[in-house]
Amino acid sequence: MTSTPLLEVSDLNIDMLAGRRRLNVVENVSFSIGRGETFGLVGESGCGKSITALSMIGLLKAPLAVSSGVIRFDGQDLRTLPKRAMRRLRGSRIAMIFQEPMTALNPLSPVGRQIAEMFVLHQGATWAEADKKAVEALASVHVPAPDKRAKAYPHQLSGGMRQRVMIAIALACDPDLLIADEPTTALDVTVQAEILKLIQELCTARGTAVLMISHDLGVIAKMCQRVGIMYAGNLVEERPVSDIFRQPRHPYTKGLLNSLPRLGTRELHERKRLQEIEGIVPPITAFPVGCRFEPRCGRASEICVAQKPDQTPLDHHGFVRCHHHE
Amino acid sequence: MLRFALRRLLQMIPTIVAVSLLIFVIFSVVPGSIASSMIADGRGANDPKLVEKMNQEFGLDQPVHVRFGKYIWKLAQFDLDTSFRTRQPVITMINERMWATLKLAFAAMLVAVVVGVPLGFIAALRPGSLFDSLTMISAISGLSLPQFWLGLLFMYLFALTLGWLPSFGYGDGGLRNLILPALTLGVAPLALLARTTRAAVLEVMSADYVRTARSKGVSSFRLVQGHVLRNALVLIITTIGLQFGSMMGQAVVIEKLFSWPGMGSLLIDSVALRDIPVVQGCILVIVLWFLFINTAVDILYAIIDPRISHE
Amino acid sequence: MRLRFNLAIGALLCLIIITAAIFAPWLAQFDPIADADLMNAELPPDATFWFGTDAQGRDIFSRVLHGARVSLTVGIGSQLINTTIGLALGVSAGYFGGWWDDFVSGLTNLMLAIPSLIFALAIMAILGPGLGSLLIALGLTNWSWTCRIARSSALSLKKQGYVQAAKTLGYSDVRLMVTQIVPNMIGPILVIGTLGMGDAILAEAALSYLGLGIRPPLPSWGGMLTDARNLIVLAPWAAIFPGIAIFVTVLGLNLLGDGLRDILDPHMRTRRA
Repeated sequence: MTSTPLLEVSDLNIDMLAGRRRLNVVENVSFSIGRGETFGLVGESGCGKSITALSMIGLLKAPLAVSSGVIRFDGQDLRTLPKRAMRRLRGSRIAMIFQEPMTALNPLSPVGRQIAEMFVLHQGATWAEADKKAVEALASVHVPAPDKRAKAYPHQLSGGMRQRVMIAIALACDPDLLIADEPTTALDVTVQAEILKLIQELCTARGTAVLMISHDLGVIAKMCQRVGIMYAGNLVEERPVSDIFRQPRHPYTKGLLNSLPRLGTRELHERKRLQEIEGIVPPITAFPVGCRFEPRCGRASEICVAQKPDQTPLDHHGFVRCHHHE
Repeated sequence: MLRFALRRLLQMIPTIVAVSLLIFVIFSVVPGSIASSMIADGRGANDPKLVEKMNQEFGLDQPVHVRFGKYIWKLAQFDLDTSFRTRQPVITMINERMWATLKLAFAAMLVAVVVGVPLGFIAALRPGSLFDSLTMISAISGLSLPQFWLGLLFMYLFALTLGWLPSFGYGDGGLRNLILPALTLGVAPLALLARTTRAAVLEVMSADYVRTARSKGVSSFRLVQGHVLRNALVLIITTIGLQFGSMMGQAVVIEKLFSWPGMGSLLIDSVALRDIPVVQGCILVIVLWFLFINTAVDILYAIIDPRISHE
Repeated sequence: MRLRFNLAIGALLCLIIITAAIFAPWLAQFDPIADADLMNAELPPDATFWFGTDAQGRDIFSRVLHGARVSLTVGIGSQLINTTIGLALGVSAGYFGGWWDDFVSGLTNLMLAIPSLIFALAIMAILGPGLGSLLIALGLTNWSWTCRIARSSALSLKKQGYVQAAKTLGYSDVRLMVTQIVPNMIGPILVIGTLGMGDAILAEAALSYLGLGIRPPLPSWGGMLTDARNLIVLAPWAAIFPGIAIFVTVLGLNLLGDGLRDILDPHMRTRRA
């Protein structure tokens, strides 16, 4: 890690406007990602990880909006960046891959064109040049017969192939940061591993930092150096991956780890997520006043009901947000 | 692509045969003899000899299945029989009137598309805004108006009171006579297109691939013209095709109102005269045009959306 | 917010029209047919004749009130027929499948290929004008959407556990369809029916205007407009008020239908028959 991180998020708050009410969805989230580093964000669906990611590239849609906090990318504050500059940044310096490769590509446009658009948008290439570069980009994500595939429409490709196309689009302009939002969740297990390997390989080679979002700790363990655990809009623990697997500090993290079958063999089993944590994530309208994990927590006490826990820094790196952390 | 177009065109044939059968059946179950009812229309005494003569002349004395066989055989040769009244071939009579109706219908659709699609589009870009609300209230009102009444009001206002435009007739076939009927006929499809376009654009805007496009750094303008418009077009075009059907129906009323010399007024006049071959012919030709336009729309649809012809 | 607004306004308009139709004989000061007085012909609206009078000197307000009865009869009656046909064909096609399903689907596509107003016009041409023929003409020509929805719901419902369970209990097919399947598609059927009523009233007006609907002197809004066309310069009120009556009724039904759809079936929001 260099002294100035590539991405620095501090005290990020995202609200949802429901009529006249403002409901807090993401609360005081802070983390940073160094150049070339892979950072993981883990949590159950609905905990705010995707929303956090979308706010990084300024794609939150009403009724969601960032209400406070700083998102600093390569020294620039993205929240105060003019719209045009932000748009130029998107795709060229920060790129994103989405969960659903079936619907994330425009069904009416050949995939080669959709990659080529990146070169036209960000490098001022002509369409003819861009089409050639698109074929190279397809080859770089190991798509067989790339010159033919470039002319194919998304519906003619398999899910894995489509996700490769998405990766080719995202990495077309050598971005500094790649946000991968559950990139393998919708794919077959065997294809998942290939896609993860591809992302890792390409990003390591190009020195691209990755924000990897997943509900799957197994994926994070393979890919990331550091990981943040999100629960109900809070970052509850953030530490190097090796530390967190050896000694989880937050009761939620502990629950997540216990719910994994055995590490390393998990692909063989039907994943049973969170079987050890009772209850479900509360709806946004019913977030507790104190610690948001308190209703499901085995260690909860009176202070957890009354008071939000602060971040407690830990010895090496990272922090935990719990009154009763281990 | 060409094979898809050909297949769609061939698929029209069974529908055409079924429609012809249906029309024939409807008009052969007419209670009582057509000839006698025609003559008894107050235009002549119910003379049995006259009835007999007419029945023979038009082959109405033959059994139903023979008549149907002849009817289909003639249809296959583009022969729509002879009018009871004028003794002219029906196809000639229709040919004289058809183009006026098509001119009216296409002009009305042009009005609807040129106004309705942009309205729905702008409304969808700012959902919930004042413009959106006003457009949608106007659209549902437009769908609730009796069209011929609206035509009557247009006629009263623009022709009879202000004197800007002729109140009826075909004139020399120029634009002046076309404006009022086309506007009147265009209001309902306009309203429906505004609604459909809005819904289609809203649906496309929330699609994942639009989010992908935005994450690529595509500008709003480019997003709309390159990604949204084409995808929304698929739904809009389908609506346009389907609207031709109800427009052909409404055209009958509007032609009558504005004394427009089209197939619609021919149909209504023939109904009043009980000139069955002409009625059958008009209905068949209207349905054929509707089918043809929808087939054309399907083919256009396949050109826009590669998923269709691949299935 | 706007959705509820639609529903409320639509329901209110419908309620007004229904009240007018039911209480027409008591609300109208004049008989819509008998009270013709040529001395009073073509009078503009005043304190006695609120909407003015027509060419025969009949009170337009009274005729509009009575016209509501005709329009609602046609709207409700024809929609009952359409819904019955659509449900019977659609549910049985989805439930039994096989050649019957193919036949019904073919018939539905055929119906969609013929513009419904043209079809109704053909039937009216054969049956001749009158309320009975109108009900038949409009009731036979607009069931394809109901049929399609009914068929697809029946297809998915028949695989559901409770229908299978009822089957093992020895329920007859007809009883199963009526008690287990039809009640589950009330929502969309209601929406299509409400919107269809508006369409039927517009079609009735158009056919009556063409002289193929209600036989005069029975007061029908469309028929009143036929008479008014020739009077448009001398007595524009004779054209304006019946037209407004049609508009308000159909608008009410359309708003109600849209509102119901938004509540009952949010996924159908973009579609309209």
